[in-house]
Amino acid sequence: MDGEYVDALVATAPDGIAFDDLHVTHESDGYTFRTPDVDHSGIDEETLRTVAAESPYVRNWYFWHATAPQKADRWAFLRWLEGAEQRDVAERYDALADGVSATWGELHLTVTLSDGTRTYSIRHRADVDVGTSALDEYDDPLDAREIAKHDDDGGYRPLKTAPSLQTGWAFPELSASEFVTTVDAFYPATIANWHREQEGDLDVTHWRDTVDRQTGIYGVVKTWDRGDGYEHVNWVAEACCDDSQCLKRREWQYDEETELDVDGGSGEFPCREPCSLVIAGARKWTKLEGEQAQTYEFELTPSEKEQIEDIIDAVADGEADDIREADIYEGANRYRTRFLRAKLFDDEGNLGGVETEQ
Amino acid sequence: MDEALVIAAHGSHLNAESSTPTYDHADTIRATGAFSEVRESFWKEEPSFREALRTVDAEEVYLVPLFISEGYFTEQVIPREFRLEDWDPELWDSDGTSATNATLAAEDTAQTVHYCGPVGTHDSMSDVIVQRAESVTGDPDVGEGFGLAVVGHGTERNENSAKAIQYHADRIRARDRFDEVQSLFMDEDPEVDDVADYFESDDIVVVPLFIADGFHTQEDIPEDMGLTDDYRTGYDVPTTVEGHDIWYAGAVGTEPLMADVVLERAADAGADVSAAIEQVREETGGATPATGD
Repeated sequence: MDGEYVDALVATAPDGIAFDDLHVTHESDGYTFRTPDVDHSGIDEETLRTVAAESPYVRNWYFWHATAPQKADRWAFLRWLEGAEQRDVAERYDALADGVSATWGELHLTVTLSDGTRTYSIRHRADVDVGTSALDEYDDPLDAREIAKHDDDGGYRPLKTAPSLQTGWAFPELSASEFVTTVDAFYPATIANWHREQEGDLDVTHWRDTVDRQTGIYGVVKTWDRGDGYEHVNWVAEACCDDSQCLKRREWQYDEETELDVDGGSGEFPCREPCSLVIAGARKWTKLEGEQAQTYEFELTPSEKEQIEDIIDAVADGEADDIREADIYEGANRYRTRFLRAKLFDDEGNLGGVETEQ
Repeated sequence: MDEALVIAAHGSHLNAESSTPTYDHADTIRATGAFSEVRESFWKEEPSFREALRTVDAEEVYLVPLFISEGYFTEQVIPREFRLEDWDPELWDSDGTSATNATLAAEDTAQTVHYCGPVGTHDSMSDVIVQRAESVTGDPDVGEGFGLAVVGHGTERNENSAKAIQYHADRIRARDRFDEVQSLFMDEDPEVDDVADYFESDDIVVVPLFIADGFHTQEDIPEDMGLTDDYRTGYDVPTTVEGHDIWYAGAVGTEPLMADVVLERAADAGADVSAAIEQVREETGGATPATGD
């Protein structure tokens, strides 16, 4: 290993090296080797080898050109994690000795440098202070696919970027390439899209274009747009694309000219088009919104009206299960709700005894 | 040059197990090292069809649909979502069961994509159906004294859906291995509900031509055939229905040998994977060459 990075340096020197404060050239009078710490010129290969073997700058150069994945987005992601564009090698190496961390959705990512080698680790950000021995340890990046499938209650997560990633696991020791593979298994395509955004070439497909290409059972969504505004798309985005439901930051709008009015969220990685869950929801809402409004007449006390509002809020915010069994003061409490049903529903389940007219 | 395999599967918003066979077959192929990368992608899960290619390093991609039939998904959805430039179903020149492959460019990433026909209509799928019958009976020689029912969804919307089922039933019948072979359907005649009416044999192996176990293969079909009144209480294999022992196999797509069909599709499109095919056949119990072809 020690020989490897020195050999590589000697082999590459004739092409010239200028990377992260390391400058190496080979001219007729010998080698030049310059870092912020040392400055040699006209040295022979043997001296170059001696100098290079001791230099962290050479190990750093070798890592980024021979060890780290070379695909531009993965490479940039690893650079981002250790703040390579903000800190010089000396500062970075000091920090890396203690470990440098960042979050990526619900992931807590860490890179640590030890004996000149970078090691990566991943755990849930909620488990940052949990001892590793209390977590289930994994070393195969593809195990992340299974972990990502279920939340802490065992429920299926159809959306990988839902903020419900289960806790209790750790990938304590990954190589650079294993690390990016693991992140990509938890949050597919997020590195690629984040990088495109960094480079200024994220391709966003807005609502109208996404809907226009739907066929089959989803083709019906096209009928929802009738040239009369985009309020319905605001409702979709508010329902699905909020930070509480998805950790991607929504970059798609109604169309190229028309921004939606609701906030797109604050996630690190961009959402570049309505996802399959949004389209499936839109199909249902298209059908429901095709119905004509009816007037129903039944009586509620003010508290009963507020209670119905509380119930809708609790279900929409996923808080229904958090209401304590005996907390009769909460509108969405189960006993309160059962009382309301007992009082207001007839035998057919009609609210206020009023039939649903179609 | 690096070559990647991308598997395109349906996936589900509701069922966690829908993606499991895709992961399993991808892992089997990954372990052979035949491709520099193996990538799963889904219609209903992530990575989505739309974004899968941008997560792949290689410039050359073999794209294999893990679908049973040729039709809506293979001819419209997958080429559209993967942004395959100049796609036209005519490029496959298929009669509904004879899709081959077409080489196209991806608009999004400029990769070269060898777009293959679905696993379900490949000839080697017949071997997987037979292998499934062997697995469920635990008998590598199963055939004599047995009837085989190949079950499909069937739908009036897509005539190719039934064609794939009939195609394999015909091919397996021609091998003279089982006493009887019949294709049956959920949503069209002849219906799987009446499975016992279509066979004389005392023992009937029922193999649904579905990629993943889910609502249809775990709930609908067992209840329709009378294996159980309530799928939640389970059923025996075999279960006796109207005097016949029904050996219900569940989705054929969960059979490990399916990984071989994915590789065969890529091989037909020009991928150099003969060693991987041999390895996968050996590991997944499909080493015996098919007979009757």
